[in-house]
Amino acid sequence: MRDGAENAGRPDTAAPAIELKGISKAFGPVQANKDISIRVMPGTIHGIIGENGAGKSTLMSILYGFYKADAGEIFIQGRKTEIPDSQAAIAAGIGMVFQHFKLVENFTVLENVVLGAEEGALLKPSLAKARKLLSELAAEYELNVDPDEMIEELSVGHQQRVEILKALYRQADILILDEPTGVLTPAEADHLFRILNGLKDQGKTIILITHKLREIMEITDTVSVMRRGEMTATVKTKETSPEELAELMVGRKVLLRVDKKPAEPYARVLEVENLRIVDEDGVERVKGVDLHVRGGEILGIAGVAGNGQSELLHVLGGYGRAAGTVRVNGEDIDLTGSRSDGQSRRARGIAHVPEDRHREGLILDFFAWENMVFGYHNAPEYQKSSWFMDNAAIRRITQEKMQRFDVRPPNPALAAKNFSGGNQQKIVLAREIERDPDLLLVGQPTRGVDIGAIEFIHQQIIALRDRGKAILLVSVELDEILSMSDRIAVMFDGRIMGERLPAETDERELGMLMAGITDTGRAPVHRPPSGLVTGNGTQA
Amino acid sequence: MDVIPKWADAILVPLISLLISFALSALVILSIGKDPIEAVKIMVTGALGSSYGWGYTLYYATNFIFTGLCVAVAFHARMFNIGGEGQAALGGLGVALVCLSVDWPHWLVALPVALIAGALFGAAWAFIPAYLQAKRGSHIVITTIMFNFIAASFLTYMLVEHLRPAGAMDPATAKFPAGTHLPSLADALGLVGIPFSQAAPANITFFIALLACYLVWLLIWRTRLGYEIRAYGHSEPAARYAGISPTKIIVVSMMISGALAGCMAVNNVMGEAERLVLNSVEGAGFIGIAVALMGRSHPLGVLLAALLFGFLYQGGAELSLWANIQRELIVVIQALVILFTGALDNMVRMPIEALFLNFRRKAPVEATTAPKPDAKSAQGGHGA
Repeated sequence: MRDGAENAGRPDTAAPAIELKGISKAFGPVQANKDISIRVMPGTIHGIIGENGAGKSTLMSILYGFYKADAGEIFIQGRKTEIPDSQAAIAAGIGMVFQHFKLVENFTVLENVVLGAEEGALLKPSLAKARKLLSELAAEYELNVDPDEMIEELSVGHQQRVEILKALYRQADILILDEPTGVLTPAEADHLFRILNGLKDQGKTIILITHKLREIMEITDTVSVMRRGEMTATVKTKETSPEELAELMVGRKVLLRVDKKPAEPYARVLEVENLRIVDEDGVERVKGVDLHVRGGEILGIAGVAGNGQSELLHVLGGYGRAAGTVRVNGEDIDLTGSRSDGQSRRARGIAHVPEDRHREGLILDFFAWENMVFGYHNAPEYQKSSWFMDNAAIRRITQEKMQRFDVRPPNPALAAKNFSGGNQQKIVLAREIERDPDLLLVGQPTRGVDIGAIEFIHQQIIALRDRGKAILLVSVELDEILSMSDRIAVMFDGRIMGERLPAETDERELGMLMAGITDTGRAPVHRPPSGLVTGNGTQA
Repeated sequence: MDVIPKWADAILVPLISLLISFALSALVILSIGKDPIEAVKIMVTGALGSSYGWGYTLYYATNFIFTGLCVAVAFHARMFNIGGEGQAALGGLGVALVCLSVDWPHWLVALPVALIAGALFGAAWAFIPAYLQAKRGSHIVITTIMFNFIAASFLTYMLVEHLRPAGAMDPATAKFPAGTHLPSLADALGLVGIPFSQAAPANITFFIALLACYLVWLLIWRTRLGYEIRAYGHSEPAARYAGISPTKIIVVSMMISGALAGCMAVNNVMGEAERLVLNSVEGAGFIGIAVALMGRSHPLGVLLAALLFGFLYQGGAELSLWANIQRELIVVIQALVILFTGALDNMVRMPIEALFLNFRRKAPVEATTAPKPDAKSAQGGHGA
């Protein structure tokens, strides 16, 4: 293992900002962290990269006092430090920006910054102090947010800035960011990186947890790779490559791009015209979408999470009402009536790999064989009689499908929760693809899936395309959209901002579209009439 | 991998809970100056020491099997049906109406009709809260508990104003005709030559309860409907994704639940009292919650838990009779059992899980020294 590198601008004699020695942590039989040691020098950006479940978040939770390590020591600025809780972490100068923000939605920015760090019984002095500090920080690091704005009124990127401001207000010298760009547009991510570089120049130490190789290469000084709870390497970013890091993460060589032939599309399978979706709170989520997907092609829908893609998938998949026209193979689909359910959709040849396999795609407590027929449990081949299911046949079919889709372990009698993310996704894919649908809806096919399984999943989707089926792919990963799609539509604020061919566009252009900026300048943002949003006021 | 093996989950945890509650009960008995060992002796001999005792234990157990299954089926759809009491009461009304309406020639004819009537009345009573939950979002816990009170008032009204024979002081129906008289357990067992007390109220409904256990097992784990009920119970978003209608599952599972509670009336109204009296259910609907909790909503678990509570009921009655221990104390003991096996389940479960984890963490270290990899252990503990 190569040692953690030190920042060029700083003397080597400085104590590391953080040093972990031999940290181990087990959850039951699972060894989440195994003898982990790292040194992070002050004034550097240190990346921690690893697949889902590699133990990154556990390690950071130990550092922030959420978990207690079974063994090992923590040194902050050279001093041995016990961190029994998050208060101690804050006192030691550690600030954490979580993947899911911990903000009070109906408080102002200022109130959120001060929350938990009020001085005295009266709020006024603390708020005044925070206001002053905020204006200083805003000028210094491009961290500008209106201190009097409500959190719920802010964009995700701005909410994240509030989290950073909270940490800085508590005088954090060490900032930990857990998957900070997952919810950001590329432009917002760039802005975040500028902020982080500014903080670094002021001598702050930053730890960036991510699974995106590109970010690691772009911004970090040193990077540690974790695999199965162990720290497999710590290298200087300059001296490594994405391919090497991917290999270190997975433990074998990985193909980072997708191999596919040019598409040979024919007739339109899916046609969507002026689709409008209003959610339960009366907010219009999809505001007149037109699109079509032909057989033999993949239409990728790019966009930052929460711009209407999920609602689009839900309606096409048969849960959620909508107005407009949707045709599959030229026939209208019921969007409001009694045949607007998942069973009717499946009968029309629509299969759906949902975005959230834990909530929707699988029943985690069900066995693999029970999950393998989920949604198709009414199919005649799974029945023994009009009431009883043919469980033995289902188990046998599951076994075969698991083998074809390389699900490990190929044991139908194992509960879904006992499979890794990648293998869970393979179960869902096997279920949906093996029904040989005319149209496959796919949401975030590789979210939380290990790199090794990503290859396989992409191949299976492309193989379905090559059999002449239509595929609608929704993903927040631009890389995935760019490498998988035959056409790309970008969604922003419930609308399709534009359509591009992958060969004729790049991340920059897509990023602009994802932020709602078209060639002709900023798109008009239509907020729903204020009367409609009132119901949303208290919603998290 | 599951944290603890199935057998520990199903047997060890409830057993330890039970032992703790018994230990506490012993302390309570000690604290009022009685001898707990003597008390246990009285309970065991009283409930299990004679066929008379068994007759009562099995009679109570039959009630609890029906109400336990009622709660269990609803649990599988993640519905908390607290309305077993009211649904069983309405089932009693159905059974009484059937028994009184016709001069039944033979119990073999009366029984199926009474069973269907009880089930229908129970199901109908459960339908209203279920519909309100599915269509209006009214919380099933609130509505079912309210419906218990409505049922009680409704039955009082029916008994006092309509079903009471003219001139009778007692708010109860007339005695059912002889053709509805169900054979007692003694009659049934006598056929195969087993002597059994004729005085005890246990009757052939016990066998119907056993059959109900089997049918519920079939329903939950073998039928498409059961699959959908379990899927909905585990995850509503997943059920919507799969095109399983929440309305259908809520209404159907609650009606099955109510029907099971309603079937209980065949035991207590038709089999034992042979007329409908006020408060005929006597809290069995609520005991059903504890039975389902302790039985992990599995029919076999429900059966065992129902037998336990049958024992506690009969043993408790004997205790108050012979040991000069007040009736209230029996309720305390029963409450302790419910508390530990139902509500405080995690208090026992968590230390046991920790224990198993500790054991397992040490085990793999030893396993690595073994020459051959243990392929079987990876599949252990997941049998259906």
